[in-house]
Amino acid sequence: MSVLDVIGLKKSFGKTEVLKGISFSVEQGEVISILGSSGSGKTTLLRCLNFLEKPDDGEIIVNGRSIFSANAKKPSEKDIAAERLHFGLVFQQFNLFPQYTVLGNLTLAARLRVHGKRAERISAVAEIEEAALSTLASVGLLDKKDFYPCQLSGGQQQRVAIARALMLSPEILCFDEPTSALDPELTGEVLSVIKELAARNMTMIIVTHEMAFAKEVSDRIIFMDEGVIAACGSPDDIFSGNAGERVNKFISAMSK
Amino acid sequence: MDLSTFVNVSLRLLEGFGTTVQIFCLTLLFSLPLGLIFSFASMSRFTPLKLLMRVFVWIIRGSPLMLQLIIVYYGPGLLASAMERAGTLNIIYEFAEYLNSFPPLTATVVAFSINYACYFSEIFRGGIESIPRGQYEAGQVLGMTKIQIFFRVILLQVIKRIIPPMSNEIITLVKDTSLARIITCYEIIYVGESFTKSQGLVWPLFYTGAFYLLFCGILTILFGYIEKKLDYFKA
Repeated sequence: MSVLDVIGLKKSFGKTEVLKGISFSVEQGEVISILGSSGSGKTTLLRCLNFLEKPDDGEIIVNGRSIFSANAKKPSEKDIAAERLHFGLVFQQFNLFPQYTVLGNLTLAARLRVHGKRAERISAVAEIEEAALSTLASVGLLDKKDFYPCQLSGGQQQRVAIARALMLSPEILCFDEPTSALDPELTGEVLSVIKELAARNMTMIIVTHEMAFAKEVSDRIIFMDEGVIAACGSPDDIFSGNAGERVNKFISAMSK
Repeated sequence: MDLSTFVNVSLRLLEGFGTTVQIFCLTLLFSLPLGLIFSFASMSRFTPLKLLMRVFVWIIRGSPLMLQLIIVYYGPGLLASAMERAGTLNIIYEFAEYLNSFPPLTATVVAFSINYACYFSEIFRGGIESIPRGQYEAGQVLGMTKIQIFFRVILLQVIKRIIPPMSNEIITLVKDTSLARIITCYEIIYVGESFTKSQGLVWPLFYTGAFYLLFCGILTILFGYIEKKLDYFKA
């Protein structure tokens, strides 16, 4: 069964229709890369999945349950807060909270969800911290737990941001051009963390401009063009040269 | 000048300085939260409220604080007597009479709080609008509520950014308190001037400058300390 079904998603900003009816499914443990030139709607699609934009039309189904439908009544902020936890999102600009340590960044949101009696709260917070430390270890930054974001390199900050997103135990982890804001020599460490997650069977949707990486890590590639899915298939299909003129043009332009 | 005069003048000035500090502290106490509310209103997505707020800020910032003091202090009394002459003794009249019964210090704090809240609101607005959208979005995707995001993530970054303009404004407030003397509030300049009038002494007035300098010096050190305290992160 698919983890995620997106059906006929549409989104306009003013008169510009950015998403013109996007439909696709994601299987458990699948890694999907979304390619396409800027303005093709990739980022908007991710933002819709993460409730940062409200789609005008369409439906989003997670594990067979509809979490967003344009026809249903408007969900409350509380409903959205609950539903969005199915997804994690890693931003291009990391967006770490500068005034918190690395550990603080990982634990903040979870701690705010802790309620109940004093004793329960204390044990819950201890659990959260333990989870944070092991998550931090998994991205290789345990020794930086007490550092502030400004003391870290861009690559380290992005790895912290990935760890922070993992703290939600999301069913689907989304990446919005995770390496675009990094110096070239720092992209490797971030990509290898993502590869490791793929090896651990994490379901992921990755918007990226790293062609070689997309080819290597993806189970399936979605190519977007002007708000529609222009091509979709295995990396071999997409990079074979038989996926259509637009795709070939884009790939050859990006590989230069 | 003998020592006893000096001590006497010092004690009297200290008394006036007490009022100065009182105006200062009460104004901050009310204008800081009021300024935050004003800044939210001026950023409101409800356009009439936003426009109303911006017009209000324009009026307050665009007219002298001294004039505002006079209006707040004498306005209700003038209104009440005008209504009395016209024979309209309704609830508005009652309210104006009530406002008119306020002592000068209260009127001063009311006028100052509104005035400073408007200046602060613009500093707050600038600070809040300068925080990148990504900070809100990161909070949102982590499932935090809007209120949590504001108080746990945004506010401290805003504070860090607005410390320099705020310290400017707050140090200006120290010296603006001297305007209160025109509505007979016994702050330090008023007391200093009284020596000139009653005893022909001018130096007590000059002497008041030392109190202001000391006060502003302490504030400068305090703001430097806060700035340093917030130096541990970049925002």
